[in-house]
Amino acid sequence: MKPPIRGRTEPPAGLLRRIDAILRGAFPILVTLGLIVLAAVPLGAPGLVMAVCLPTVFFWTIFRPSAMPPPAVFCIGLAQDLLTLAPLGSGVLVLLLTHGIIMRFRGLLVRQSFWLVWLVYAAVAVGAAAMAWALTGLLSWQLPPTTPAMHQLGISVGLYPMLAWMLTRAHRAMQNAEA
Amino acid sequence: MIRLSIPLRQALARLSLPMLIAAAFGIMLLGKADTLLVERARMMLADTLMPVWSVVQEPVGAANNAVREAQTLWNIRAENTRLREENDRLHRWQATALALESENALLRRQLAWVPDPAPNFFTARVVADGGGTYARAVLLATAVQSPARKGQVALDERGFVGRVTEVGSRSARVLLATDINSRIPITLENSRARAIMVGNNAARPRLQHWPEGQVPREGDRVVTSAEAGAFPSGLPVGVVRWTESGAPEVELFARIDRLDVVRLFDFGLTGILPPESVARPESRGRR
Repeated sequence: MKPPIRGRTEPPAGLLRRIDAILRGAFPILVTLGLIVLAAVPLGAPGLVMAVCLPTVFFWTIFRPSAMPPPAVFCIGLAQDLLTLAPLGSGVLVLLLTHGIIMRFRGLLVRQSFWLVWLVYAAVAVGAAAMAWALTGLLSWQLPPTTPAMHQLGISVGLYPMLAWMLTRAHRAMQNAEA
Repeated sequence: MIRLSIPLRQALARLSLPMLIAAAFGIMLLGKADTLLVERARMMLADTLMPVWSVVQEPVGAANNAVREAQTLWNIRAENTRLREENDRLHRWQATALALESENALLRRQLAWVPDPAPNFFTARVVADGGGTYARAVLLATAVQSPARKGQVALDERGFVGRVTEVGSRSARVLLATDINSRIPITLENSRARAIMVGNNAARPRLQHWPEGQVPREGDRVVTSAEAGAFPSGLPVGVVRWTESGAPEVELFARIDRLDVVRLFDFGLTGILPPESVARPESRGRR
């Protein structure tokens, strides 16, 4: 038993403050899920869902890993697989492995310039696309066409700067709120 | 919240990634083993998200419409010029047609021409493909008291389809021009040369027996000929196409592979068929 501390105690965490903190913690996941749902709207641009998932997971893993724990990555992957027609589980695995690898190198990446991070992202996206392609082939036991995978890779790499700009602003705002 | 000791929490955090990766493999196996479950989960998610999507779709649809509208407005000048040119051309054709019509009427008066009687026809729905004795035939649904007779000529909205070969009380069979048993006397519209169009069970029947020296040319229009008294002359049939191996074929106007409704024309021609087979089937008391 600790002895009671005399003097002014810290004001108890009010309901609003707690809600604020919880929302801020859940913000990246909620935004990502929202983006996935929006990306699934048929706009005539196929492959948008996967092109949204990978950049967001990549970004939050580097800059705010506490907001993107493995279970969240798992949920995002599951949502992605359910909303697209990819074999269930392949997207989950790709995202989790990406998350694990980025987690290991995030100390290096977090201090780099935007361009370098983009370059790294492009490399990661190539790896992820290759892996998703291989998994699709393995699970359906036939060679899937490469053109859609390339198309998806192109969208994903090209969309990264825009998403990163948006997410960076959100990240700054959250940092300001926490300071 | 559940309070855990710090080392336990750290161990859990370190373990969660491998565990989740294992779970991903598990999900893959599950998705492979129970496709129905995956399907149901997908549908459930889609059903849940449908309201969101339908709301999002509204502005997207509006934007698409606006873009299309702008494109139409942008193209309206070019469209207008095109239409004016087309209108001019059509006017010229109309003038030609009117002149020809009056000339035709004049010539007919001079010749004391007896006009063709307007054929009566009725429409029947195609209910089945193939079957019967023939490889390329369709079955029509007809009413009980229908005027369907053997030897009637079937046309769809574009051109010649075939001939009625069998009539039942509620159905009639039409032998298509593409069937291997089909022999249609035709005329090449440009040269007025007669020939026979022979079905070969393929999409394009072949041409045979054209007069010497009057080889059918690519693109000639083919119409029926009244030779042998089985068909009236001048029903549109198709266009001559030469194959790469050098045989003339007829590309039919009628869309024989997608027949929905055909018109059966009674021209009152008894032609090849012996008279008793043209007679009403019910009057023979067999059916």
